[in-house]
Amino acid sequence: MNELTPIEKTTAKDWATDQEVRWCPGCGDYAVLKAVQRTMPDLGVAREKTVFVSGIGCSSRFPYYMETYGFHTIHGRAPAVATGIKLANPELDVWIITGDGDALSIGGNHTMHVLRRNLDCQILLFNNEIYGLTKGQYSPTSRVGTRSPSTPFGSVDRPARPCAFALGAGARFVARGIDVHKGLPDVLKAAHAHRGAAFIEIFQNCVVYNDDVFAPFTAREVATEMQLWLKPGEKMRYANGTKGLALDHDALALKVVAGDDPAVLTHNPQNRMLAHLLVEMPGQGFPVALGVIYDDPAPTFEEAVLEQNSTVTAGKKPDLQALVSRGQSWQVEKEPRAE
Amino acid sequence: MATATHLLTPEEAHADVPLEAVVVRFAGDSGDGMQLTGGQFTLSTALAGNDLATFPDFPAEIRAPQGTTFGVSAFQINFGSAAIETAGDQPDVLVAMNPAALQVNVAHLREGGLIIADEGEFNARNLAKAGYQTNPLEDDSLAKWQLVKFNISQLTLDAVKPFGLGNKEALRCKNMWTLGLALWMFDRSREPIVDWLKTKFAKAPQLAEANIAALNAGHAYGETVEMGAAVKPRHIAPASAEPGLYRTVTGAEALGLGLVAGAQLAGLSMFFGSYPITPASPILHHLSRLKEYGITTFQAEDEIAAICAALGASYAGQLGVTSSSGPGIALKTEAIGLAVITELPLVIVNSQRGGPSTGLPTKTEQSDLYQAVYGRNGDAPLPVIAARSPADAFDCAIEACRIATRYMTPVMLLTDGYIANAAEPWRVPDMSGYEPFPVQFADGDAPRANGKVLPFARDERLARPWIKPGTPGLTHRIGGIEKNPGTGDIDYSPAAHSEMTRQRHQKVLGVAADIPEQDVCLGAAGAALAVVGWGSTFGPIHQAVRRMQGRGHDVAHVHVRHIWPLPENLGELLRSFGRVIVPEMNAGQLKTLLRDQYLVDARSLTKVSGQPFRIAEIEEAIAEALDGTPPGNLRPDATQLPEGDSGHDDGRILREGLAR
Repeated sequence: MNELTPIEKTTAKDWATDQEVRWCPGCGDYAVLKAVQRTMPDLGVAREKTVFVSGIGCSSRFPYYMETYGFHTIHGRAPAVATGIKLANPELDVWIITGDGDALSIGGNHTMHVLRRNLDCQILLFNNEIYGLTKGQYSPTSRVGTRSPSTPFGSVDRPARPCAFALGAGARFVARGIDVHKGLPDVLKAAHAHRGAAFIEIFQNCVVYNDDVFAPFTAREVATEMQLWLKPGEKMRYANGTKGLALDHDALALKVVAGDDPAVLTHNPQNRMLAHLLVEMPGQGFPVALGVIYDDPAPTFEEAVLEQNSTVTAGKKPDLQALVSRGQSWQVEKEPRAE
Repeated sequence: MATATHLLTPEEAHADVPLEAVVVRFAGDSGDGMQLTGGQFTLSTALAGNDLATFPDFPAEIRAPQGTTFGVSAFQINFGSAAIETAGDQPDVLVAMNPAALQVNVAHLREGGLIIADEGEFNARNLAKAGYQTNPLEDDSLAKWQLVKFNISQLTLDAVKPFGLGNKEALRCKNMWTLGLALWMFDRSREPIVDWLKTKFAKAPQLAEANIAALNAGHAYGETVEMGAAVKPRHIAPASAEPGLYRTVTGAEALGLGLVAGAQLAGLSMFFGSYPITPASPILHHLSRLKEYGITTFQAEDEIAAICAALGASYAGQLGVTSSSGPGIALKTEAIGLAVITELPLVIVNSQRGGPSTGLPTKTEQSDLYQAVYGRNGDAPLPVIAARSPADAFDCAIEACRIATRYMTPVMLLTDGYIANAAEPWRVPDMSGYEPFPVQFADGDAPRANGKVLPFARDERLARPWIKPGTPGLTHRIGGIEKNPGTGDIDYSPAAHSEMTRQRHQKVLGVAADIPEQDVCLGAAGAALAVVGWGSTFGPIHQAVRRMQGRGHDVAHVHVRHIWPLPENLGELLRSFGRVIVPEMNAGQLKTLLRDQYLVDARSLTKVSGQPFRIAEIEEAIAEALDGTPPGNLRPDATQLPEGDSGHDDGRILREGLAR
């Protein structure tokens, strides 16, 4: 942002609205809201230059609680609305708030295209593997066998993997965080620092309809064993350094090795193949990759649009009268017939 | 058209038929270049000073199998020395480039009309494909018309021989040969066509030369070969028109230009979000080349993204526009509702085509009026404007931009496939004559209460302030959830929803005070019969009413441009007429709207064949209506004419209205 005046110093409180927050007590959304409000003062962006755009779902109430500009749109369409906002005013800092149903079911098409085009924005996908606002139906990220009001005998369709989807759609920034984890603000900052579409999957606990669905890796007692927090240039170690990830060359896959094994890989966020391997780790016997998985900037959509707009209009002056007169024309001189 | 510019003379007003007019229909295979031929003939006709209207009529298939009836592409032009408002009921001349083209089109040809056929294409294979048992050029089946046949294919091959083209490429010049002959028949200059060919084939001068040779050969053939009395050169005098600079324009071009002008008059950049769809895409194509006018065009991933991005751009301070046809508008519907409830300006263009569903992609219809006026969930009113002709689309687009920005509302702008593709002469408007309507964005003086900005406070027109993100001190949230009438905070209390519903409704109804009163464009209030139309039926209705007036009938033409809200005086005006008929290319949609709003006994004349009305069809309906017999091919809908106390019986209200 090329601000002429310095950004006024703010605190988390300055980014909160006077609106009563209406999520269920204990919902993971509260933690994400706090993390975002705590992070904003550090980003060097003015509140009035910030726009939160959301679709429909529990998480999509988010904009009402941010003292910025906000647009609570319709189901699945936030990326499309955000595209119009950013193209109309590229100076705005645009955040998209969405959920697993909003981004990957009804809005899957727009998620794909906003990533493919690489619009400069942050996309926070609150993944709770369930439809909360409509009272508990299974979602596109629910695991096979999820029992819900619409799948009383268990869901049978295989879930989408948000980060794999994002990479497949051409995302240039893919990260993961956990609602209540202290690492989330750093992930948000990295996403904001990335120019282009920054995709963050946030594992968010739905306390009412899908409580503890992520406990197998988020619960305090298993966290160190199950969470691999990635840092650029650092070895991919977890479980207090006792375990690490290495490349199984024959299988073209990752494998778990001892932490002191020299084969332990070093995280390179610009390595797209590595990112694919990390987001596709099978679960059983493997940790969950968290933090910035992939970060390799490319030209953004709005830059490309603006650049073309200015290139092709160079030297052309808008002249409405000339425009309407264009093409082969002829002059009628004579006086109309007498009445 | 010509209505916009043509000065009606008393002789014309009373003439049974226009002074002198000719309808020519070029028909051939999709690959024969008939649309190109028609387009260039149109240009030469316009340059000759004739008034004109055209009707491109082509199949949905890009390249249908050669020689088939469903692959026939036609271009009809009506031109003359008097006001021309339709592409003509019946062709006087049919140019048939193959048996299928003859098969599909000959029935419409005026009795005694002229057929020019390319004999070279009437071989056994093509005859079979067109369903002919015997060659119609040889048997007597075409006896009621005049037939002229020659081997256009061979003549073209001979003419372009020196240029060494392959057989296929050489035959492609056939359409220019035909055009050359047509130019000779109507005493037209070849010069503009030659210039156009040189530009078009600048990179392939050999093709340019071959096409010019074919054009010249066709012309020379007319001059030198004795073809009998049927084919002789004919000069149609220029039509009288207001002095000024003219050009031809299609509806899609004019509408695009009108949007550009509207955005400029509002002082805004335009964001045009669209997804390709027939017949709306040409608007996207035109605007994508006009970036120097502050236009960003965005080909979205789907119809929904197209409107959502346009709405996002409006939110951010540009003029959002989206454009589609019926099926695409259906997809946009939820987002239109969002525009209604967030009260953001947005122009939604619907180039209507035959429906439902995919329907008739390349054929015209005006059956999306219900969709425009009523087609959303919830009480979601928005202004609706309909263009009547290619030239009129320009002014309608400006009007849509004006209302959208002045009232902070989405506006639906209706056009149709016929208007989009048809061309007519257009007197180039003097842009200095258009009143600008600059937008004022809210800033420091935005309405507030208790220090809080009120994004849903209202001005004297009930419009809310337009607050651009980026404006310091005015951060606020909007969305699709019902909101508090002032602060815009989420509020779904009974009082808030009742009040907001009322305000949205009142705001849109208030537009009626800001649009012209309904006029009678031919005839006068109180006539025995009013023919009420909207959209592209203007031309045939106008001509039909003019002819019936010429025969002494007391009939008037009322053309409704503002479909919603309707002009304030329309009810009173309609009640002044003895009878009201509403010709529409749908099953009776404006008729229902008028009955609903005014309890008038409007009757339908419907046509849903994918083809525009013929003048004669409307004349017939007028005659029937004046006789007291029910007009048209739709009998009065008994379910909508309840007997008894409802007061909606046959004619009673009208009589009482007259008595008052």
